[in-house]
Amino acid sequence: MGDLGGIPLSGFLAVSAILFTMGALGVLIRRNAIIIFMSVELMLNAANLAFVAFARAYNVLNGQLFVFFVMTVSAAEVAVGLALIVAIFRSKHSIDVDQMSSLKG
Amino acid sequence: MNLTLILFYILAVTAVATAAGLLLSRNSVYAALFLVLNFATVAVFYLLLGAPFIALVQVTVYAGAIMVLFLFVIMLLGAEKLPRAQVLPWQRPLAIGLAALLLVEAGFLLYQRLRATAVLAAPGAELNTTATLQTLGMALFNQYLLPFEVTSILLLVAMVGAIVLTKQVKGEQA
Repeated sequence: MGDLGGIPLSGFLAVSAILFTMGALGVLIRRNAIIIFMSVELMLNAANLAFVAFARAYNVLNGQLFVFFVMTVSAAEVAVGLALIVAIFRSKHSIDVDQMSSLKG
Repeated sequence: MNLTLILFYILAVTAVATAAGLLLSRNSVYAALFLVLNFATVAVFYLLLGAPFIALVQVTVYAGAIMVLFLFVIMLLGAEKLPRAQVLPWQRPLAIGLAALLLVEAGFLLYQRLRATAVLAAPGAELNTTATLQTLGMALFNQYLLPFEVTSILLLVAMVGAIVLTKQVKGEQA
């Protein structure tokens, strides 16, 4: 099953799992808010890769359409998230997440 | 070993290496450029999987628009590098341990699932790319019309939200 042009489906899923784990690791170990944000994008991408691989394996299109929607949502997320980072930088003069420890503005 | 498999291995190594570069680079600009390369390799994966539309959207939206936005903000803030500060000594080993646990868990579940569903789709019926593109558009504007419209509202809300968040009110101290 799942022989996608000579490549096993498990290969794509393995790459997807590794990329997702590296994104999660980036969220955990980095202190720079922008790099944490980029790691979240990496995780979204890994999930998208699994979606497309499964869509190909099952020969349905819904997976690809879902990836399209995920991309749109992540574009919206990036716009709002970067605006938040800019707003935080204006008040704290830093994007180190360790500095964002106080609740009052 | 055929050519596609060799290409797949090269791409897989590139994807993992660029993700590692994203995690390890001190400078945010380098990290963003590593991420662009990662998105490009994932786009080639999409091409291998017979999804040319998604691959092009990946290149234009992710590697193009989103990463330019990231680079713009990094350079706008002038926050390429953070000053070294004291970090929690146990944080990094703990994070690496948890990530390894997540990877093992995901690998185990995928392995189990792949063995459980030994037979999936009927082989053959090779996807024709042009037909796929047409059927993709038909499905998007018939079956998924409501999500598509909701998406446009979501983008509008995100745009307004970004403007409101970054707007400096006159008289308010910066």
